[in-house]
Amino acid sequence: MSNIKLESNVPEGPLAEKWTKYRGSMNLVAPNNKRRIDVIVVGTGLAGASAAATLGELGYNVHVFTFHDSPRRAHSIAAQGGINAAKNYQNDGDSVYRLFYDTIKGGDYRSREANVHRLAEASTDIIDQCVAQGVPFAREYGGLLANRSFGGVQVSRTFYARGQTGQQLLIGAYQALSRQVATGKVKLYNRHEMLDLVKVDGKARGIITRNLLTGKLERFAAHCVVLATGGYGNVFYLSTNAMGSNVSAGWRAVRKGALMANPCFTQIHPTCIPVSGEYQSKLTLMSESLRNDGRVWVPKKAEDAAAIREGRMKGNDIAEEDRDYYLERRYPAFGNLVPRDVASRAAKTACDEGNGVAPTGLAVFLDFAAAIERYGKAEAYSLGLGDNVSDAKIRELGEKVVEQKYGNLFEMYEKITGENPYKNPMKIFPAVHYTMGGLWVDYNLETNVSGLFALGEANFSDHGANRLGASALMQGLADGYFVIPYTIGQFLSKEIRTPKIKNDSPEFMAAEKAVQERLDKLLNIKGNQSVESFHRRLGKYMWEYCGMARNAEGLNKGIKLIQALREEFYKDVFIPGAADEYNPELEKATRVADFLELGEVMMRDALNREESCGGHFREEYKTEDGEARRNDEDFTYVAAWEWDEENNINLHKEQLEFNNVELKTRSYK
Amino acid sequence: MNLQLKIWRQKNAESKGYFETYKVEATEHMSFLEMLDVLNEQLIQEKKEPVVFEHDCREGICGACSMVINGQPHGPMAATTTCQLHMRHFKNGQTITIEPFRAKAFPILKDLSVDRSSFDSIIQSGGYISVNTGQAPDGNSIPIEKDLAGKAFDAATCIGCGACVAACPNGSAMLFTSAKVSHLGLLPQGEVEHKRRVKNMVEQMDKEGFGMCSNTKACEAECPKEISVENIARLNRNYMNSILTGE
Repeated sequence: MSNIKLESNVPEGPLAEKWTKYRGSMNLVAPNNKRRIDVIVVGTGLAGASAAATLGELGYNVHVFTFHDSPRRAHSIAAQGGINAAKNYQNDGDSVYRLFYDTIKGGDYRSREANVHRLAEASTDIIDQCVAQGVPFAREYGGLLANRSFGGVQVSRTFYARGQTGQQLLIGAYQALSRQVATGKVKLYNRHEMLDLVKVDGKARGIITRNLLTGKLERFAAHCVVLATGGYGNVFYLSTNAMGSNVSAGWRAVRKGALMANPCFTQIHPTCIPVSGEYQSKLTLMSESLRNDGRVWVPKKAEDAAAIREGRMKGNDIAEEDRDYYLERRYPAFGNLVPRDVASRAAKTACDEGNGVAPTGLAVFLDFAAAIERYGKAEAYSLGLGDNVSDAKIRELGEKVVEQKYGNLFEMYEKITGENPYKNPMKIFPAVHYTMGGLWVDYNLETNVSGLFALGEANFSDHGANRLGASALMQGLADGYFVIPYTIGQFLSKEIRTPKIKNDSPEFMAAEKAVQERLDKLLNIKGNQSVESFHRRLGKYMWEYCGMARNAEGLNKGIKLIQALREEFYKDVFIPGAADEYNPELEKATRVADFLELGEVMMRDALNREESCGGHFREEYKTEDGEARRNDEDFTYVAAWEWDEENNINLHKEQLEFNNVELKTRSYK
Repeated sequence: MNLQLKIWRQKNAESKGYFETYKVEATEHMSFLEMLDVLNEQLIQEKKEPVVFEHDCREGICGACSMVINGQPHGPMAATTTCQLHMRHFKNGQTITIEPFRAKAFPILKDLSVDRSSFDSIIQSGGYISVNTGQAPDGNSIPIEKDLAGKAFDAATCIGCGACVAACPNGSAMLFTSAKVSHLGLLPQGEVEHKRRVKNMVEQMDKEGFGMCSNTKACEAECPKEISVENIARLNRNYMNSILTGE
């Protein structure tokens, strides 16, 4: 076990002044020196593209890598609902402090105060920046920006572009990046996957990549390395992540000494389209924004639920008094807009009690009938149609309003399920969506490996044990546009005398050789089972033992199962094709191999954390009415996991200090 | 349901391609790509090379999928990417022909995968607003008419899949380029460098080897995001304008 001391490096001073004072006093790199410094950025999602573009604008030589054919395909593109910012344009009492507080509370007091406050501060600049780039946010008739609400908050601070906010923000960042590529300040390497991190004298100095078209391994050297490689939700096989989303860049960093923090903190999103069969390859999210207008319910009577499951009845056949709007009943203050972890667990409880509404028993209703009627009546009134409007007309008008707000989501639902959600309530169920855990970073977003930085979902820093809706986009862009361009200078200002890093030093050659051996080893197994089949099995173990509810017995069992699966993988996996060609099966194999190690660390983390907080629910630690019971005395720390050279998994701790908020039991009742 | 698939196989850019026929058993709830997953699993079990196709988000937004199904880019359903196409729209016993997007500017890499980096080059030639991080005024300082913002949004929903190019008999990228020009040019923020943008992007499009537009409107018909050919008309106007009045 290495002797690692985790220093958060949070600057001194009052919370609200830390970032401003720090920015004003940190070390700078002069323009003539920036020209001589190389920076590697891995990943081109919101965090990576915004960081690469901004670092290029500042004058650094940026080398940016993506395994996609184009930076625009990064999975940030799929984020639907919106992005939070403390603009207080709605005059509803929002402020930087309130956004900070909501995020800390929403994260169940397991994130770092100073990082979260900085995030809230940066949020307002993000909106300005994106508007200037041409992001077509939703607007009111007066031409000003519109807002909506998301779960876990009581103000309206979410900016959005229909149900495609992630797409529009990513295209903004992609365009800013493309502009820098055109100037030559940023060099773009598409279809290049990072397969290892290279350290020289203890500092991160480069990466080994595989060209996914030719299979060629290449060595890239730089003064520092920035990872913006997203989350690891695909360890569950079924998730709302894209098929290619993976942990490998981060995991390779872990295998080179970086620490994985709070890996068991997984967000299970309450509103996804339920699983329909064994062949299923991914799950599709229905944006949380739908809970602004949709009401979640299940039948009160088990026989009604059974009738629906068997196709003898439809949701609309159930009388109002026989429906259990369980979120409104259990959490009257927040109702359908409780945070994601709370909503997901409540759906699980409803289904566990036998009231699920899909053939698998695993679905609840999300119903828009009341919203359609409410909007229809308001429209009829504003059109001056008087009191004698037919119900059909009200429905028609109401459906139009709902279509304007959520049209693309309703369309997507219908395409996938073949059912019309305007006429029948949607069926939804929780699915893995986001991972709050990630590489451990300090206030500068630097990992414990000097010169290695992690941004966006790839780090752990801002969301604690649960992320609030519309905060992932905010964090990705805050890190990339407004944090790393400053904090990277703290490291690079000490490197201005370092000459260009050579990519043929013994460290680079050894790293390349190790990658080559790893690929050869995988290809030479020549077993009988596909990579996909191992991934599916791993996903089932993760969901069963490390999903919405966990317990010590299951986790211990899960750890053993994963260890056995990993052994079986290295004995019996079959990868067709060769290493020196375009070979998607080999790409999958290296990713699944890393997931097979990460999965075990996640379970160990879940086992170690003997409390329930946010997305981590341990069945042994709950209140009498089934709510999560946190243990602040023993677990107010970041659990940062090391995978050492002898393959031991060791725990390191960073104690969290709360000087500005009082740790309370999270209540949305 | 039992299906017969005629799939284009091609080892790499240099080699010659050919159609190979496969049999696969699917269910109507599967997506088209999940049906191909089943085929690939079958091929792997037989120790054969699976079919390479591009895909990622599988929710119709990343723009990675790029196949022509029975002669139509993204298959028979309007406004639907291949990943969102479900097997309930096919019949038991049907033969389905699957080819890559074909266009001069999209060379085939392997099987159904093509190189679309020419689209990135078009964006790099001017598909952006020149604003550095930190330079922006307050987001509400310039009001934008709701409908205008909506129009810009409609153009901005392009996912860069290239179906428009694959559908066009001339392999033209006019719909893609015009959507970007419209998205940015309609907004006050993008107006400043509009003329320069139009000229540069059109020139880059030609350099990449895309064909000319002859108004067949096949692009609009096959666009999974229903981008309108109105954008092409706007680009033509803008281009003339920038040529006649530009520097």
